[in-house]
Amino acid sequence: MTRFIMTRVARAVLTIAMVVTFAFVVLRASGDPARAMLSPETSADAVEAFRKAWGLDAPLWVQYVKYLLAVVHGDLGQSMRDGRTAATVVAERIPVTLMLTAPALALNLLLGIPAGIYAALKRDSFTDRLVMMVTVAGFTVPSFVLGLVLVLAFAVELPWFPSGGAGSVRHMVLPVVTLGLGGAAVLARFTRSAMLEVLGQAYIRTASAKGVPWRRVVTGHALPNAAIPVLTIVGLMVGNLIAGTVLVESVFSWPGIGSLLVVSVVSRDLAVVQCILLLVAAAMIATNLAVDLLYGMFDPRLRDTRSAGGA
Amino acid sequence: MTLAGQADQMTPLLEITGLQVAFDEAPVLWGINLSLSRGEALGMVGESGCGKSVTWLAALGLLGSRARTAGSVRFAGQELLHAPARHLEHVRGRRIAMIFQDPTSALNPVRTVGDQIGESLQLHRGMDRRSALSEARRLLDQVGIPDATRRLGAYPHEFSGGQNQRVMIAMALAGQPDVLIADEPTTALDVTIQAQILELLQEIQRERGMALVLISHDLGVVAEICERVLVLYAGHIIEEAPAVRLFDHPTHPYTRGLVGALPNLDGPRRRLAAIPGVVPSPADLPPGCPFAPRCDLRTDRCGECTVELTSVDDNADHRIACLHVTGQRCNDETVAA
Repeated sequence: MTRFIMTRVARAVLTIAMVVTFAFVVLRASGDPARAMLSPETSADAVEAFRKAWGLDAPLWVQYVKYLLAVVHGDLGQSMRDGRTAATVVAERIPVTLMLTAPALALNLLLGIPAGIYAALKRDSFTDRLVMMVTVAGFTVPSFVLGLVLVLAFAVELPWFPSGGAGSVRHMVLPVVTLGLGGAAVLARFTRSAMLEVLGQAYIRTASAKGVPWRRVVTGHALPNAAIPVLTIVGLMVGNLIAGTVLVESVFSWPGIGSLLVVSVVSRDLAVVQCILLLVAAAMIATNLAVDLLYGMFDPRLRDTRSAGGA
Repeated sequence: MTLAGQADQMTPLLEITGLQVAFDEAPVLWGINLSLSRGEALGMVGESGCGKSVTWLAALGLLGSRARTAGSVRFAGQELLHAPARHLEHVRGRRIAMIFQDPTSALNPVRTVGDQIGESLQLHRGMDRRSALSEARRLLDQVGIPDATRRLGAYPHEFSGGQNQRVMIAMALAGQPDVLIADEPTTALDVTIQAQILELLQEIQRERGMALVLISHDLGVVAEICERVLVLYAGHIIEEAPAVRLFDHPTHPYTRGLVGALPNLDGPRRRLAAIPGVVPSPADLPPGCPFAPRCDLRTDRCGECTVELTSVDDNADHRIACLHVTGQRCNDETVAA
């Protein structure tokens, strides 16, 4: 187990280092922050002064080493736009974004998993086909299209919800639905096939043959086994949610991390972009780690390979 | 009156009449008739797909929605076929228990064996979790799993195949059933382990006075344990006889083929006799005798009429389905006469 954790930590550090490096290089290679930040009429001297102030005049590798050292010491730099630390700027947006992603994830799980289980149990029935049809629509429509359609339907034609902005629960409804539906559809299909696979296993027949009522065969024997592959998909979906937030926040002008990222990339607010990417990378790594630890809880066969130093 | 005489007078514990099963319109059982008495050891032999397992899965309602079943399965006076789920749940595991071919995949991989045996005890003997676990330990001990206390908390992947079959047997015994159906219980196991498991089954059957149905494609296994043997071919019972008699006087051409295909360890070396041809698929079974296309004795009549089990040489215990051996007339001929 110790070795398992050590390997994971080493891998996490490596991943973060790669993300940091990639972000650093791409951001600087794709445009000059001074030009993006300052107005076009700014004099050459002023631009030079700006560069000097932010350390942009030093060679790239010097900037990189400086940045890495700062990150290691927990200093993520300052926002060029408002002068506060990047960490502060990003941190104040985190709860705003979580207000969308947390309910969206709940929607994924609470809609997708039961729908998939139900469809599997009623295999080939009308309900099963209906659920599968709806899910095809659900995961083929991109979230920005769905978002715009929802705005047209439920904000413009039927003025039930605001078309954008934040502030009340009513503001949350459309973006949460937009963000959550696609994932729920994917999860429903995946849960269905995982359940069908498990229901065909010999141990399900054993449970029935020993007189376990069908309901308990499903809850006590099938679900714990089907949970293992479903868990993998849930892990991946957290990544999708993060990516989806950027789009959905833009469509609904939701003042979260996604919007901040778009604004910061456009204005080449280097420290803020890097800070967000670092946060996203950390979130993904934490999710993967959580999924891996949960695997061990769900599947006793994996516990052994780990304690033996495998995995 | 002798014990055997008393047993004869008793109605059979389980009686299957005219059991038919079809998957997607393709019949796989063509009307199986059999009865099982209390404490009896019955063997069922035949090749893969001949319907020996399907008979019992159908009897317990375990075939799923794709299967169509007809006929009757009466157990202790009550009809099982198409019985309501609640009724079946009281029979499954409690009155009729079943163990399967590949024990490792027949056990739930994410639950401990103690938990799985305990589940049966809680269901059928009304035990709470605690007493179920201590009874599960006793059962594991009884089926010969060493260090039972510690092993209760282990998962199926931590056991060998033979040990898992012992766990399956312990689980089957948990409901104190009247019948144990062992569906190819040793097929997936090493030869040495096979012998141990068979010995265990035999011992338990004798101790508990439980009826045992041993399904196997291995004639030797069946001969060792069973008193009476049914031979199945393509969804039909084609011969029924006491085990000893079946081996001494195999009578149906198919059974003769099966017995002839066994290696003889005592006599001179000889080529093993194989039965020519292959088993027809259920979808295109010939009319009349299903074995006719592969049979040496085949005549035109074989394909024309259905054959029923008939006693051989006025021996009520030994019945076969073959026109040539029994001198039976075609049903159609009887109608004509």
